[in-house]
Amino acid sequence: MNHHSPAWLRAAVHIGGWLPLVWLAADAPAGRLPVNWIQAVEQRTGLYALTYLLLSLACTPLAAIGGWKAVLRHRRALGLYGFMYAALHLLAFVGVDYMFDFGLIWADVGTKWYIIIGTTAFLLLVPLAVTSFRYWMKRLGRAWTRLHRLVYLIAPLVLVHFALSVKADWSGLRGDVGRPLLYGAALALLLLMRISPLKHTLSAARMRLARKAS
Amino acid sequence: MKDRYPRMAESEVTPKSIYLSRRDFIKTAGVVAGSMAIAACGPLAGDNAPPGPAATVPPAAAPGAPARKDELGDAATAYQDITRYNNYYEFTEEKEGVAPRAAGFKTSPWDVQVSGLVNKPGRFAVEDMLKQFQPEERIYRLRCVEAWSMVIPWVGFPLAKLLKAVEPQAGAKYVRFETLYKPDDLPGQRSPFYPWPYQEGLRIDEAMNDLALLATGLYGGELPAQNGGGIRLVVPWKYGFKSIKAVVKIELTDTQPKTMWSTIAPSESGFYANVNPQVDHPRWSQARERRIGELRRRSTLMFNGYAEQVAGLYAGLDLRKNY
Repeated sequence: MNHHSPAWLRAAVHIGGWLPLVWLAADAPAGRLPVNWIQAVEQRTGLYALTYLLLSLACTPLAAIGGWKAVLRHRRALGLYGFMYAALHLLAFVGVDYMFDFGLIWADVGTKWYIIIGTTAFLLLVPLAVTSFRYWMKRLGRAWTRLHRLVYLIAPLVLVHFALSVKADWSGLRGDVGRPLLYGAALALLLLMRISPLKHTLSAARMRLARKAS
Repeated sequence: MKDRYPRMAESEVTPKSIYLSRRDFIKTAGVVAGSMAIAACGPLAGDNAPPGPAATVPPAAAPGAPARKDELGDAATAYQDITRYNNYYEFTEEKEGVAPRAAGFKTSPWDVQVSGLVNKPGRFAVEDMLKQFQPEERIYRLRCVEAWSMVIPWVGFPLAKLLKAVEPQAGAKYVRFETLYKPDDLPGQRSPFYPWPYQEGLRIDEAMNDLALLATGLYGGELPAQNGGGIRLVVPWKYGFKSIKAVVKIELTDTQPKTMWSTIAPSESGFYANVNPQVDHPRWSQARERRIGELRRRSTLMFNGYAEQVAGLYAGLDLRKNY
């Protein structure tokens, strides 16, 4: 993990991490949010959370296949930004949309799969966020690695949560399927690149190319 | 049922005092448009002007105009909100992106072809229909299937007037509506994920109900492109997607027509799509809604509050099965 990361990359990660929040915070007083702003805040924070989860999942293949080891230093930060937006997403739903009226939430969505799956994904994300610091990494040892593999379950859950919340028919691939499909394709690609035969083929191909170039 | 929802007296449905004849409107609109041109240099214009063909806010929606209310006492949604937050996939899937994209869309002249099981089929110009069928203002609630709602002062005439004029035959059981199909002007129609053109349908008795409106105006002004101009259907007791926009074809048939959303997801959107807080969308709740401009969700009313006028249409029908 001690690969040196250039300053610009560190800056890009952290500016990029806060930018969507700054942007959202600037849009609100400027009247640039739509009239149904609560829904807009829910949808935007949700998309940011999924985006940062995918970015954190992109680090390993970028390092293993692309040979860009520096990104590994930012995997944790990207995951934590994902968690931050997921927490804001949940807070917008519980606190702003339903004003902490848990009875109402239960009556409205207690049996709805997109909420059950979304909540599960968030609850699974909490231990990962809590243990993402060096102290826990040392203390948990091998268990830490196993625990953090939960992200391979969480990311697909988040995607299913997203897909279930749009007006679409998934068996016939009709309706508002465009954006979930795009995110789904990205996730599928990132997970596929972790499977060893594919990983080795791609990484060997890159090395051959690199040798030719030099 | 009878006592739960306030009765809407005929006089309240269409307050006589605000009936608007097209000619009067054009006269006032001309005067106001003239004065707006001067005021346009002032600080009020600019930011608040909605994009789209209706570049001038109708006088009825201007600040200081008497507040409009529906028969339940709820204020009409602001003109800017009605004209800037639209579900109109023919332009874009982004609700706030519709108005800017609809800005160049031509809503006049506009013709509607009426065909099928009628004695007098024909092509009707909106202009002529407005002379023939006396437009009036109707302040209706609009409840979107996405659980948000508005109160909208439409200008239009009952669909029944047009249907009576074309003399439906005895075999006519349903009315089918179709939106303009023109991907050059409606770029969303290039998306492969939807079965274009948009189509909708009503049972003939639903279509003949006095609430079913063909709307050509908003807040006493023109109907902006983003709200469905040239002409659109408004069926306020059903989810918003039933109120098809930019209608160019009306066909009377003996078979139940296919509809856009029931074609896409038959298990989620049915032919009837009546607003019903007791029957959830399979994936989310329909018990509550957010009225645009309000913070707290409010309870959704059976038939969107129009049970008194329409519940009789569905006597004996299992609304859980016929969603």
